[in-house]
Amino acid sequence: MNIIVVGLSHKTAPIEIREKLAFSESSLEEALRRVKELPEIREGLIISTCNRVEIYANSSDNAQGPPRLSKFLSEYHQIPLEQVQKYTYNYTEQEAVHHLFRVASSLDSMVVGEPQILGQVKKAYQDALEYQATAGIFNRLFTRAFSVAKKVRTETGIANHAVSISFAAVELTKKIFGSLEEKLVMLIGAGEMAELAAKHLKSNGVREVLVTSRTYQRAEKMAEEFQGTPLPFDKYFDFLDKVDIVICSAAAPHYLIRPDKVEKVMKARKNQPMFFIDISVPRNIDPEINHIANVYLYDIDDLEKVVEANIKERQKEAIKAEEIVKAEARQFHCWLESLEVVPTIKSLKEKTEAIRKKELEKSLSRLKELSPEQKEALEALTSSIINKILHDPITQLKKHELDGNDCLHLEVIRKLFNLD
Amino acid sequence: MLFKITLCLYFLATLTYLTCLYKQRPFLNRTASALLAGGFLTHSLELFSQYLDLGQAPVTNLPQSLSFFSWTLVAIYLLLQLRYQVIVLGSFLTPLALISILIAAALPSSTEPLDPVLRSYWFPIHVTSAFLGNGFFGLAFCSGIMYLLQEHQVKGKRMGFFYHRLPSLRILDEMNYRCLTLGFPLLTLGIISGSVWAEYAWGSYWNWDPKQTWSLITWLVYAALLHGRLTFGWRGRRAAILSILGFSVMLFTFVGVNLILKGAHNFI
Repeated sequence: MNIIVVGLSHKTAPIEIREKLAFSESSLEEALRRVKELPEIREGLIISTCNRVEIYANSSDNAQGPPRLSKFLSEYHQIPLEQVQKYTYNYTEQEAVHHLFRVASSLDSMVVGEPQILGQVKKAYQDALEYQATAGIFNRLFTRAFSVAKKVRTETGIANHAVSISFAAVELTKKIFGSLEEKLVMLIGAGEMAELAAKHLKSNGVREVLVTSRTYQRAEKMAEEFQGTPLPFDKYFDFLDKVDIVICSAAAPHYLIRPDKVEKVMKARKNQPMFFIDISVPRNIDPEINHIANVYLYDIDDLEKVVEANIKERQKEAIKAEEIVKAEARQFHCWLESLEVVPTIKSLKEKTEAIRKKELEKSLSRLKELSPEQKEALEALTSSIINKILHDPITQLKKHELDGNDCLHLEVIRKLFNLD
Repeated sequence: MLFKITLCLYFLATLTYLTCLYKQRPFLNRTASALLAGGFLTHSLELFSQYLDLGQAPVTNLPQSLSFFSWTLVAIYLLLQLRYQVIVLGSFLTPLALISILIAAALPSSTEPLDPVLRSYWFPIHVTSAFLGNGFFGLAFCSGIMYLLQEHQVKGKRMGFFYHRLPSLRILDEMNYRCLTLGFPLLTLGIISGSVWAEYAWGSYWNWDPKQTWSLITWLVYAALLHGRLTFGWRGRRAAILSILGFSVMLFTFVGVNLILKGAHNFI
């Protein structure tokens, strides 16, 4: 019983290869069935996302397992085996467990700490469960992976701070205004980042988004997306005193908003704080306004610096997370090993008993005319020798069964005695 | 004995709260609150036993009143913490409470007999309102400092140590405003009850005793702040600075006047 994984991710293969080896939702059931039908494979699970494709399996053969999965990938997707081998990685035993725990905790993702991967792994597990591709070991393994992922999220800060410009803008807004309810946002101009920030703000509960653009139709169209209100470009200035957050992404060649205007606006607002986000290049909001009391201005460079600082924080936290995941993987693997102690002891006893019986039979057939007492003595002798020889190994095995942290490598025992 | 235990517990609580600032762990938060609550309990018992001894509220001299002030701060904070989970505020408030009680411990205790003037039913009214008012101003002081720290980070675009740990600017400003609206009427009541009592004890409502004068100055600072907030929109940075200024003036009124200027209000 060995856990193996064969797969590829954004780290080992470009998108063109990843999409060729991906499994669609509809093909999952069939693919899992075929994986389980492979020789020596008892359980299987497939994770297929835009950034990774991985097949996990519980195989009774460590050496043959990964090549079989690679071959399966090659045959299923009609890709030459060499290509598959070039772009995939494989892990077995503790390394496979470790890899899974890392993936589920988002440590192997493009953006460490991203929240989607856990959901994706959970879905893959649900599907495998539904199609009866998993059994006891995998159920235990994946349940454990989910709780490790949760532990990592709560005990480290890898998911804590915004690592994209638009999320950083929202985070800052919350730091200034506390709750976003009843707040008004004005979007000046268009642009992907600005719209994304406005969307996030809307989903975080701002009351309304006012949209203005040089072309009124553009403003109308954008306003529809946020259920907002379009404003004609020559009128937006008059609404500034009602607005709390201004996102500017216009393409004007000069400053649209200057300090004297902002000072007037702040007076009209009785000094309620205002947050300006200037994503335009060149800047459309005079940087001097940052000096006005209760006014906060961030341009695109500032937001990038925030993101950079947050990424560094995440990387620091990732180190902590790796430690947690490593320890958990070792613990789980030791538990897996301990499951094999009892069958191993049984195999050991069975094998030595078989040898004893066979040799005793041979000797008894050569030694003619033995009295029953002599035959009994020989039985007792051979049994006693076997038991005394096995006593120490079995005691050691049993001792280590209870001690979860220090796993005995049963693989070695099984190899030495050729039990498999 | 109870006093010494209180000192220890407050000291440990302050250390834990400061540690909470560095490492945010729920276990640390619970420990800090528990230590502070424990200290508050022993402190309350100690004050109560003093009350039984004196037959009066135990605020008859400077060390006693500093100890009582510390108790007020902790009481207000613990109440706040029940309602809102503001552990970070604890990191700023407990050092203040600790300093107050440490000074109380360091000052020589007075062995003078109790001035008969102090035996009056005005005593608890005057003292309670004054101290509660001061307690809230102490809270406003802490939130003012926190506001300035956070504002410095957000304005300066430096997401440093405090940025992640302090609440939003809006919450800090609101805390400041709430403390002001609670503290100011209490201070007013304190001054008025003091004047009425002065008339009864010394024959005139107001005789420009240094304590009275400086209380008035304190009152004017906070009145200006309140008026500014309501009428001119003095919020955020300006309000924070004025709260810090007001508290400094209040401290002088509380302690400085006793040590530097002498007058009839010599008890505390």
